[in-house]
Order: sequence, then C-alpha cells, then structure tokens
Amino acid sequence: MKKSTFNTLLMKRDSGSWSPTLSPGKTRKDGAPRSVWTLAVLFISVQVIFAAPPQMPRFRFENFTTANGLPDNHVFSVLADGERIWAGTEDGLAVYENHAWKSYNTKDGLAHRAVLSLALDKRTGDVWAGTMGGLSRVSAGRIDTYTQLNSGLSNDVVYGVSVEGENVWVATAAGGCRFNTRTGQWTLYNERNTPMAEIWVYAVSAAPDKVYYGVWGSGLLEYNQKTARWDKYDDPDGENEMVLFKDQGLIHEIVTSVSYVDNIAWVATYFGASRYDGRYWHNFLAKDSGLPSNFINTIKGTDANRAWFGTDKGLAYYDGVNWAVYRPSLKDGKPEMTVRDAQGNVTPVDVTTAPAHNYILGLDFQGDDIWVATAKGLSHGIRQKQ
Amino acid sequence: MRLSLRTAIGTGLAALGTALVVSALWPTVDHPVRAEQENAQEYASPLEVLLSPDDARLYVLCQQSKEVRVLDAASFAVIKSIAVGTMPRGFSLSPDGARLFVTNAWDDTLSVIDTHAMSVTATWPVGAEPSSVVADRAGKRLFVANRISGDVAVLDAKTGTEEKRLLAGRGASYLTISPDGGRIYATHIYPNPSRVRSDLDNRTAPESEITVIDAGRAVVVDRIPLHSIAGVFHLALSSDGRLGAVAEYHPKNLVPLAHLEHGGAFAYTLTIFGADVGMPVEVPLDELERYSSQPFGVAIAADKSRLYVTLGGSESVLVIDIPRLLRFIHTHPRPASGSFAQDLSASANYVVARISVGHNPRGLALTSDGHRLFVANRLEDTISVIDTRTHRVASTITLAGPKEISAIRRGEQTFYTSRYSFQGQIGCSSCHIDSTFDGLTWDLEPDGFGRDIVDNKMIEGIKDTEPYKWNGGNPNIPTECGPRTEKYFWRSENYDNLTLADLAVYVRNLDPRPNRWRQPNGEFTPEQERGQALFTRATDKFGKPIPESNRCSYCHSGPKGTNQKLFDVGTRKPTDNSGMLKSAPLDGIALTAPYLHDGSAHTLEEIWTVYNPEDKHGRTNDLTKDELNDLIEYLRTR
Repeated sequence: MKKSTFNTLLMKRDSGSWSPTLSPGKTRKDGAPRSVWTLAVLFISVQVIFAAPPQMPRFRFENFTTANGLPDNHVFSVLADGERIWAGTEDGLAVYENHAWKSYNTKDGLAHRAVLSLALDKRTGDVWAGTMGGLSRVSAGRIDTYTQLNSGLSNDVVYGVSVEGENVWVATAAGGCRFNTRTGQWTLYNERNTPMAEIWVYAVSAAPDKVYYGVWGSGLLEYNQKTARWDKYDDPDGENEMVLFKDQGLIHEIVTSVSYVDNIAWVATYFGASRYDGRYWHNFLAKDSGLPSNFINTIKGTDANRAWFGTDKGLAYYDGVNWAVYRPSLKDGKPEMTVRDAQGNVTPVDVTTAPAHNYILGLDFQGDDIWVATAKGLSHGIRQKQ
Repeated sequence: MRLSLRTAIGTGLAALGTALVVSALWPTVDHPVRAEQENAQEYASPLEVLLSPDDARLYVLCQQSKEVRVLDAASFAVIKSIAVGTMPRGFSLSPDGARLFVTNAWDDTLSVIDTHAMSVTATWPVGAEPSSVVADRAGKRLFVANRISGDVAVLDAKTGTEEKRLLAGRGASYLTISPDGGRIYATHIYPNPSRVRSDLDNRTAPESEITVIDAGRAVVVDRIPLHSIAGVFHLALSSDGRLGAVAEYHPKNLVPLAHLEHGGAFAYTLTIFGADVGMPVEVPLDELERYSSQPFGVAIAADKSRLYVTLGGSESVLVIDIPRLLRFIHTHPRPASGSFAQDLSASANYVVARISVGHNPRGLALTSDGHRLFVANRLEDTISVIDTRTHRVASTITLAGPKEISAIRRGEQTFYTSRYSFQGQIGCSSCHIDSTFDGLTWDLEPDGFGRDIVDNKMIEGIKDTEPYKWNGGNPNIPTECGPRTEKYFWRSENYDNLTLADLAVYVRNLDPRPNRWRQPNGEFTPEQERGQALFTRATDKFGKPIPESNRCSYCHSGPKGTNQKLFDVGTRKPTDNSGMLKSAPLDGIALTAPYLHDGSAHTLEEIWTVYNPEDKHGRTNDLTKDELNDLIEYLRTR
C-alpha cells in the first residue's frame, strides 16, 4: 500500500484529524523509545491492511408478493406512512396495516389500476396516487379522482407526485401541474410557459423554496417558489451519450427521478446520477462509483450527503464516501450485499436475504427500515444491528 | 330605506299592497314593485342557540340581524346584543366558556367574543363560507367547517392562524366534538361527487359521509358512509360517547317524482351510530300519515333517555325515546342496506311526541338537567322553551325586531314550510337547501316517466332570468312556483294568490352570495383575464371566425350570463323530449356542480371535454388544456 493511500485512509478514519507518522529511527520529543513507535506503526499498518469494510446498513429483507397478499407483483411505487405502507402496483393500490394487505382499485374510485407514484401529505395524512389514468386522492378511505377530462390535470399518465403545503405538484406525460387544494385551481407547466423542451415529465420533488421537475429528454427544471422563475439544467454534453465533461453539469438529459433534500437535488437518469448543491454538480457513474448500473429508475436522498438509488441491477446506497449494493446476485440469484470503500475496494458481506428483484422502481424509509418496490415484489428491509 | 318603510306605511302594509298588486296582475306580469325594496335585515332570524356551561345564559345566533344576543336563561331578559359579521351560521363556546366563536358565513371570518366582557375581541379571516366551529378540549386548536371549499380548517386557537385544511364532505357545514374531546364529527349538506359518470343509464344514489377527525392529531381518521343521503345536518352524541345521531335527508331522486301519496320524494331520517348500535343504522322519523320534514338540530339528554330533533319544514320538535329506539334497532332484522328508511311504521316504535313550535325551527339547546329545551324558530324570531317532562312549550321568548311580517318574510316562511304538500312531505327547501340547490338530478313527472332527467338548479340570483325550467317552459316565477309546483309536487293544498305572490317576492330577492373567486380589488388574475378573452373571442385559434351564435358570450351574455333564449347545444340524451334548452345563467356557477340540464357533467371541465364533441356548445375544441383551464378560472368569477 502506498504511503499516500495509507495517510489518506488514516485521515478519513480519523474524521479528518490527521496526525503525520514519524520517520523510523528518530526520537520523539516526549522521549518514547523508537521501538515503541515502530511497533505502533506496524500495528496500525496491519489493522489497515486487514481492516473490515466500512460499516454500511444491513437489512433482513422480507418480501411480499401476490402469495402473501399483494395485488400484483409489479410494484411501481412505495410509501411509508407511519405504521402503514402503501404500495402502488400494476393492479391497484395496496395498503399494509396490522400485518394485512388491503387493496383499492377502480371500483373503489381509483383513477386506474396501475399506480405509478405516491406522495403523502404529512399534514393531513392524505395519500396522492399518480396512475396511468389520472390522479387520486386517498383520504381516510375516500378516493377522489382527477383526470384530464374532469379536472384541470394536464394528462392522465401521472408519473410523479409531490405534496408541498397546500399544493400538489404533478409530473405527467404532457407537462407538469400544480393543484391548489384550497382554491381548486390547476396551473399547468409545459413548453409554452417554461424552458421545457419536451413535455414528458417523469418526476417531481417539491419543497417550500424550490420545485424540481425531471423531464425525460429535457433535463432538470427548477422552479423558484419565491420568484416564480424557472431554470433549466441540461447535460453539457448535449445528447452525446459520452460523458465529456463529467462534473460540469447534469449527467444526462433523460431524467427519471429527482429528490430535493437539505438544499441538494439528487438526480437520477438512465445514464448515471447527479448531485447538485445549487452551484456545483457531482456525477456518479457505474465505472467510477459504487453504482451497480447507470440505468437508474429512482433516487431518494436522505440528507445532503446520503442517497439511495434504485437501478436495474439492484439497490444502492451512498453514504457520502462508501457504497453498498443489495440485490439477488446477477450470477446465481443468491442474496448479495457488497460494500465499496472510497478507494474502490469492493468487499462482499455475508447476507441471507435480498430485495425481491434487481429491477428497483421505488423506495421509501420507515424509521431505520427501507421499503423497496421492485418488478417482482415489494421488499421490506428490516435494519439489523451491527 | 329601512326607516322610511317602517315609519311611512309600515312594512306589512307595503308588503300586503305589493302582494295584492302582484296577484292582480299575475300571470301576465311578474314584477312586484315595492316588496323588492324591503330590507330583510331587520329580522333577527335566530338560527342557533347555545347555553353557557352553568346554564345561566342563553346565546342566540341571529342570522339576519348579524348579532349574538345574550339572554338570561331564567328570565329571558336580553343582557346584551353583540354585533358580528354577515350571515353568521354557527357558533360554539371554548371549553371553559370564556370565549364564544362565531362563523360569519358570507364574510369568511370568525368572530371571537369574550363572554365576560361580552364583546368581540378579534375577527379572523378563515375559509370559504365558514359554517361551524368547535374548539378542542386542550384549547389549542379550532376546527372550522367551510361550506364552499368542503373542508375543515384547523386554526391556532390563540391567533387564528390556519394550520391546514382537512378534506370533508361537499358543503361541509356542521361540527360536533365528542364528550371526551377525542373526536370531531363533520357533516355536509350536499352529496359528495359521484364516482361514476352520471349518464342516464348509470345515475347513482347520492353518497354522503360523517367525517371523523382525531382532535389531538388533527387528521381525518374515518369516514362513516351515509348511503342514499343528500343533506346532512346536526349531529349529537350521548354523554357517554356510545351513541351518535345525525339528522339527514334521504331523497328518492332515482325514481320518478310521481305521486307523493305513493311513496314520496324524501324520507327524513337519523343515522344512529356508535358502540350502542354497532354498525351504523338509518332510522326514519316519518310517520304513516305525517312526515318529519327537514330535520336539522339534534340533542340527546344527558341520561340518554330522550333524543330531540327539530323539523324545519314540519315546524315541530320530535321526541324520541332512546331505550325504545335501541330496542327497535336490536330486535328488528336489519335490512342489508342498514336502512329502515322505507318503513313508515318504524317510527311508531320510538317517536313518543311531536311538539309544535314556530316557523322553521332550527338549532336547539338542552339544559344540563334535561328539563328545558330551547328551540330557535328562525322565521318567527322566537325561542320556544319546551318543558321536556310534559312535552309542552312552556313559554315562548319573542326576540326584539319588527312586529310586522313583510312579504319577503311570508314568502320565506312559505318556502321553508312543508304544510302545503301531501302529508307535509316536502317544501321548497327540501330540494333547495338553505335556498340554494341539492346537487341532485330528478325525474319530474310532467315530462313523462323516465323522460327529461333534470339537474336541480341554484335559485340565488334567479330574478330576471326568465323563462324558467331547463326547457324554458315557465314564463315567470309565479308560474314556476305556483301551478307547476302545486300540481306536480304538493298534491294537496294550493297557494292562494297572496301566498304565491309572497313566495315569488322572496325567490326574486334571493341575491347571490359573495363570489370567492373574484379578487378583492376587482381585478382579474392573469388566468381569469385570458379566460375572459376566450369567453368573448370572435375567431378561433386557426383564425376562422366563430359564428356569433357559437360564442360563449352570445348565449351567456348580460350581467347574469344568459340571453334567456333557447338553444340546442348538442347535449340531448335519448330520454330527452327536446334538445332545446334555455341558456343557463352563470351566476355562482363554481358552486353548483353537476352541470348541464341533466347533471351529466360532473365538473365544468366535462362540459367541454366530454359533452361538446361537435363544438355545438361553443367553439372549444381548438383549445389546449391550459386554455380550457383559463376559461374555467374566468367562469368561476361569474
């Protein structure tokens, strides 16, 4: 191991309180014998060489399918609401409560059987469900549905939904919308009143200061709630799928998911991920990060430094330095967890469970636990003490 | 104006004169001359009553005189009158009785009254048409039911700052807090939107709900469904919290409104819920020969022996023996629907008295010992004091106000009473709740059974929009309210000409409520401005001229949004006798879903997204979705 690497490791493990090692053969000012220091350095070196991988969250995954109550195995979205878990599936909206699933479908007033996105109004407890046939509001068992025919909703295909205050922000196949629940007014955002070049809006993340729209093929749109102004962020490489300028802007134009937390926009695309702090971009690619794939369906930041990624090759977690991947092995389907440290060292972790499938479509957190929507079932990752 | 009428010739004489003029000229003339100038604000119109925690004071909410009158509950002497806002509709005390909260429905404000000083200490802006208010037991929050926005606002009880709004039923109006303070129950006067599109072959029974709110967390935790109910009013809970009862209308609008003597148009019922009954159950108040029209207020005696219901249309108070009611519920096989509403013999099992009171009794309050029941007679300016041990009116408190009864007042009494209909089944206000509408479609007999399904219209601002009915068949209000109503609805007693003239005067004087979509400064928002341009445009987006008759602003012209002519806008259904319909006024259109003559459009959007495929209802198919949204934003300002 090179000294520089060693020193770097020491610094990181010491949380930045870097103490330079002394050269052999010299006496310290405190008069400690040289041999003691030699032994100490040797001890530390051995520790580093055989160090355990970084401590990353471990889970025991319990998986739900139609066999144990889920209405459909194709799960697009998941939402944790206290003790309740909502799952948007291809055949209805399911809620898990008191160890039992209950399903809602079109006969109950749901806009469409395929539920693509979910959002919780934390103030009221209402759940907003974006479907292939409109937007539904689920409030204590009552379902009110908004469609492009019966309301101001721009399009019935609702890919994303986010609640902020009294406004519900919606991402649709024909632009974005804002529905004011107090006034009933709909405001539409499309190519006519925003810098949106395409109107296939895939994702939305709203906060009191800013709202981000992820647009399939038109980058990331930022709406400043105070000034009512729009900004647009594009891939500086244009439509070139080679990354010529890695950290100079959004990683790709095809944005599939966005999560705005702690003033940081975490952005997922089909060709990598980006982190944007309002000034600087940092991009993540499978080749130089712990991402298992550049094809990312969903992203969720937990704070400014940590985020979860749902890819087509498993679930990934980034703690600001290290990465962890959770999935059924791509080779044999056996449960697999790997940890990648800052130097790129990948270490397998012995696990007995994994998410239901590698194709991850949605995720949410329930305390320390994680819920994962996959193409073949819903997974509950129960955090294990380490 | 007020003084001149009162001092010159007397309101009553003026009204009588007007009525005579109208009756003499009717049906050729529909223009009452003097009565329209009468100022109805003089009457107290007590809507709700409330007792202080120690039963010493009686608070009376006077809707038309815009005040709370504080009476000594023993001597009935007026202690003070406290002015509040316009159209006060609901009030309640803080848990300690120190503050009285009043919702001013047309001002969109909440008056806070210090009950010691007996003065208003604050007036807070709240939601659209606040209609009821309750405070939580901790004194931290207020809950306000907003009728227009159909929600319950959660306010900071000290500052009035709104924290959030909870989705309630359409026309949210009445709130009740449980005795333990844990739950708040909200009811609503218009049915919730139907889940299915109401084409003729899939008209559905109305659905309403009791919205159950966790008072501590301020979130909705349950919705008790009320099937086939449209019009839900006050709710009461027993002191042990195990029994709840809510007053409601059960319309029979899916079958032809044929003969009142053969089944009627409404059942008037209570839904009983809580631990004492298990699953909620609907029980009728009507009797075999006598209906219990328009139940409104409900009170339950502390010892759970009696339940009292005011009947606004029947001008009486119903007394129910609760043990007998529970025995009936538990011993009779419950229908699968959970409703006994069709069983007119049921009420004989538990209704023990019917006490006549004044015109349009509404709110009621029971003393702690259960011995005295105060009932607000809204259209008589009196409070009936009922001795509950004898089931008799022990005394009647007359509230200060004009002694003369104006034509408008008489007309309003006629509007709200059910005395003219067979067995006292219905009054105008059974369908026009609080002089508005009911959100339902009806199959009225004169067009033939199963023919011409019609949406019930809002009647505010109806003046000078003749002809009436969707097909324009009635040339004036006396025709609309007189022979047609008598023949097809009442099936009993005809109005005399004076009564009809008074009724017409009242209906003509129903002004539209304030429009909440207009900005206070009178200017349009950019969306409304763009929508107005679309409303008045003469060329479409391709530059082609739009024929005058196909412009929005042609048929919906003038201050009321109607040129009063008939058109075929392509909305005729196979069961309609004609496609020719009068252009509908636009006044208050944001409030009055569903739309089109048969209520087939659930929302304003559906008028054009679903029911205008050939651009016969105005040229609109060239509009983008955001342009249609702009048009609707403009229409909401009408």
